[in-house]
Amino acid sequence: MLLNVQNLNVMIPTQGGPLHAVQDVSFSVSKGETLCIVGESGCGKSVTALSLLGLLPKSAKRSASRMTFDGQDMITMSDKQIRALRGNRLSMIFQEPMTALNPLHTLGRQLTDVYMAHRRGNREAARQRAVYLLERVGIAKAAERLGQYPHELSGGLRQRVVIAMALMCEPELIVADEPTTALDVTIQAELLRLLAELQKSMGLGMIMITHDLGLVSRIADRVVVMYAGQVIENALAKELFENPKHPYTRALLGSVPDPSHPRMQPLPSIPGTVPSLVQKMEGCHFRDRCAFASEECRVPIPLVGVGAEHVARCIKTGAQAPNARSTAP
Amino acid sequence: MLNYALRRIFMACLLALFVSFLTYALIFTAGDPAAAIAGSASTAADAENIRQIYGFDDPLIVQYLRWVGNVLQGDLGNSLYFRQPVSEIILSRFAVTAQVGIFALIFAMLIAVPLGVAAGRWPNSLIDRGALFIAVVGQAVPSFWFALLLIIVFSITFPILPSSGLGTWRHYVLPVLVLGYFSMPAIMRLTRSGMISALETDYIRTARAMGLSERRVLFDYALRNAALPLISLSSAQFGFMLAGSVVVESVFAIPGAGRLAWESIGRADLPTVQALVLCFSLFYVLLTLLADMLNAALDPRMRMK
Amino acid sequence: MTDIVASTPPAQDRAARRMRRPRWMGHAGLIIGLAILLTCLLMALFAPLVAPHDPYAQDLLSRFAPPVWHEGGSWNHVLGADHLGRDYLSRLLYGAQISLIIGIGTAIVSGIIGTTIGIAAGYFGGKVDSIAMFFITARLAMPVILIALAVVALFGSSLTVVMLTLGLLLWDRFALVTRASTIQLRSQEFVTAAQIQGASTLQIVRHEILPNLLNNLLIVATLEMAQAIVLEAALSFLGLGVPAPLPSWGLMISEGKASILFEPWLITIPGIALFLLVLGTNLLGDGLRDITTPQGRN
Ligand SMILES: Nc1ncnc2c1ncn2[C@@H]1O[C@H](COP(=O)(O)OP(=O)(O)OP(=O)(O)O)[C@@H](O)[C@H]1O
Ligand code: SF4
Ligand SMILES: [Mg+2]
Repeated sequence: MLLNVQNLNVMIPTQGGPLHAVQDVSFSVSKGETLCIVGESGCGKSVTALSLLGLLPKSAKRSASRMTFDGQDMITMSDKQIRALRGNRLSMIFQEPMTALNPLHTLGRQLTDVYMAHRRGNREAARQRAVYLLERVGIAKAAERLGQYPHELSGGLRQRVVIAMALMCEPELIVADEPTTALDVTIQAELLRLLAELQKSMGLGMIMITHDLGLVSRIADRVVVMYAGQVIENALAKELFENPKHPYTRALLGSVPDPSHPRMQPLPSIPGTVPSLVQKMEGCHFRDRCAFASEECRVPIPLVGVGAEHVARCIKTGAQAPNARSTAP
Repeated sequence: MLNYALRRIFMACLLALFVSFLTYALIFTAGDPAAAIAGSASTAADAENIRQIYGFDDPLIVQYLRWVGNVLQGDLGNSLYFRQPVSEIILSRFAVTAQVGIFALIFAMLIAVPLGVAAGRWPNSLIDRGALFIAVVGQAVPSFWFALLLIIVFSITFPILPSSGLGTWRHYVLPVLVLGYFSMPAIMRLTRSGMISALETDYIRTARAMGLSERRVLFDYALRNAALPLISLSSAQFGFMLAGSVVVESVFAIPGAGRLAWESIGRADLPTVQALVLCFSLFYVLLTLLADMLNAALDPRMRMK
Repeated sequence: MTDIVASTPPAQDRAARRMRRPRWMGHAGLIIGLAILLTCLLMALFAPLVAPHDPYAQDLLSRFAPPVWHEGGSWNHVLGADHLGRDYLSRLLYGAQISLIIGIGTAIVSGIIGTTIGIAAGYFGGKVDSIAMFFITARLAMPVILIALAVVALFGSSLTVVMLTLGLLLWDRFALVTRASTIQLRSQEFVTAAQIQGASTLQIVRHEILPNLLNNLLIVATLEMAQAIVLEAALSFLGLGVPAPLPSWGLMISEGKASILFEPWLITIPGIALFLLVLGTNLLGDGLRDITTPQGRN
């Protein structure tokens, strides 16, 4: 297993009190595997991703019972060790390409800096790698681009540069946090195709955070569904789409016209609001919006196995629920 | 960029013209220059005579234009006290003031920038509070009193540094300390807030996610961005510092432009005062112009325009 | 798998508390600043009642009497006496009046000028704004001390002249701050609503803009007050501030300069008073800014 995370918790102090952004999240990724994390806005996906790389805001507190990358324990790792991993074996692509690059340095400088931070090679080798990767991510006249500044590029091109940057040191795992949400729809499709293709050809492990169930159905090997800070369902992609167990997952898939072939679109909306993460909720977080909610749902609900490599955080998964499509009121 | 530069230079010229007019008008309306030239022991007739010779009866605008014409030819008038062209007197004085000022600015930056970086990197830490304390005190300490305190301590109680004049490097220590301390708080605070906001940006997060060393992230990525506004601030501070040199130069008896200005005011040497005010103002205009140019040259986003 | 972690580890509480500390610190500064300023205000107001001597009364026998903690000092002149034998404590108390009058007066004069320019620039924008910015830049280019010295020298030194001169010179920050806030306010709904209802510009400025500027104006006013106090002291120190027998702290330092070798306390005492007053005013301004802006200092 390349990455193994067990019982990850993240607390961020805020004016209103401690915000439990991530609660007891567990998942793992193997070499070459694609894990998709889906969930509504604010459910803790980005915070989960950032905590993997040790990039949380300084005030945030992270704890986990287990967190390993390629067997190395990431909890006890020194800053130096984690830095040696970042951008080298474990890379990240962010949501907002317009601001992700330093406005005062050329693209070449920023790309080669990554290489130089981890490899003993010289700038020339770094430059060649940068040119190769820029071409690889579909940027024409790559050598000339190296001298350009971020503001001279469109958002789509900048995101390609960021992807190239993440690939500079041939990482084994890439965390992509909604890499295309900020871009035009046509560019989104192109970039996602590119990412999927790169992932396959380079044998990368990938954690793709997205709202887009269509994308998930196409690229995911495994899917983690998050809701209000918790994992509420975790299964192989095929299993999840064919046999969703949690009422929330079912509601999500149910509002897509054809669950096995959903189109590219943002996460469907479900009536009701997400509970605040500031007050820790005792029972099921989905209770207020769930069609099956009952008194038993007021106690903490554990993740339980509901099939082969399939867990869900609901006490009524065994009971035959109504047809998935009809759960969405 | 060229367009921007030209527009900016044009604005600076306009500003210079306006400032020079204010300077001229100020002295013009403030007193009777003829009486001043004639001196206190003169009669009304003497003053009237002088008024004729100098053309003081012409309208303000005519006199101003005549003055500007002369200034453009390098003629700043004659000093009533030294009885020689002002331009000959003030050049060397300005050199002294600028020299002390540059040392003071370097000193201020050497202290303020590292402190500001550390304070911005670790907000609310001990070092941040220490830096804040220094800044708050620095902003409240009147420079002339600080100068006297330093003299009391380092020239009188422990006589290790001279308290007046400019001979050896030792003479520079106290004035540079006083002037530098004066502009340190502003530079420190701006560095701090610049670092804090730079460190919160997405590109810093990217740099960190790519595993760049903390040193590179701090000094190459964050500080460089935080430093851009520092250019404007430091140049403005330098301008204020020179203008404030009146006080420090009079305490330490430094033969600079500030002290000359003070003495000339006391002697009612109006042409000299006028020339000095003009030079200080123009110097400020020039400084901010240069700072804007430097900013534009260093910021690739500006360079394009 | 595992249950939700129920209890909050203590480390989280500590982190949460750390978040709030800067605001508290702002308050501490504010309280210290307010205390210093109030002390000065009381000193100034009650100087005639509490001053042990007439601040102008010369007493040749008491010349250079040292303060009480020095050897040879007496309780008669707690802070000693100056070169003319005038009681230093009494002069210090009366001096607070001068500093405060200058500080408040200058803040009012410069506040009126700066606010007018700033609101006009922010409200009308366009050409008016460009011209206002031009004036502000021009003002920044003028060497304040030099011009103030020259004006005082030409018009004669008096409290009023110093106050008006400084007021005419220190309006730039008022203008910049009000301009920025007015630009923000201009596009707000309540201003648009007032415009639609046909309120005149003057009415909008009076009823919609100015009340919303008050916070900022107060902050700038304290900071300008501090600057004016220092400048008056500097001018008086250079001999071109308030005229001689007045017990301006700057003037006291200037007069003490001649005795720097043997009676350094003639310099340190009024200097400390000046420093504390300016420090207090600055702390008050910074503190006000801290508690009125959501993100606090930075
Ligand atoms: N720096 C921060 N300070 C305070 N709260 C934060 C911070 N970052 C995130 N949060 C909170 O943590 C929770 C989870 O946020 P997160 O960014 O992980 O959501 P997300 O699932 O990525 O949402 P989105 O789909 O909108 O990106 C949210 O309630 C958010 O308000
Ligand atoms: S635990 Fe209860 S409330 Fe929660 S999802 Fe299952 S049925 Fe609904
Ligand atoms: Mg997110």
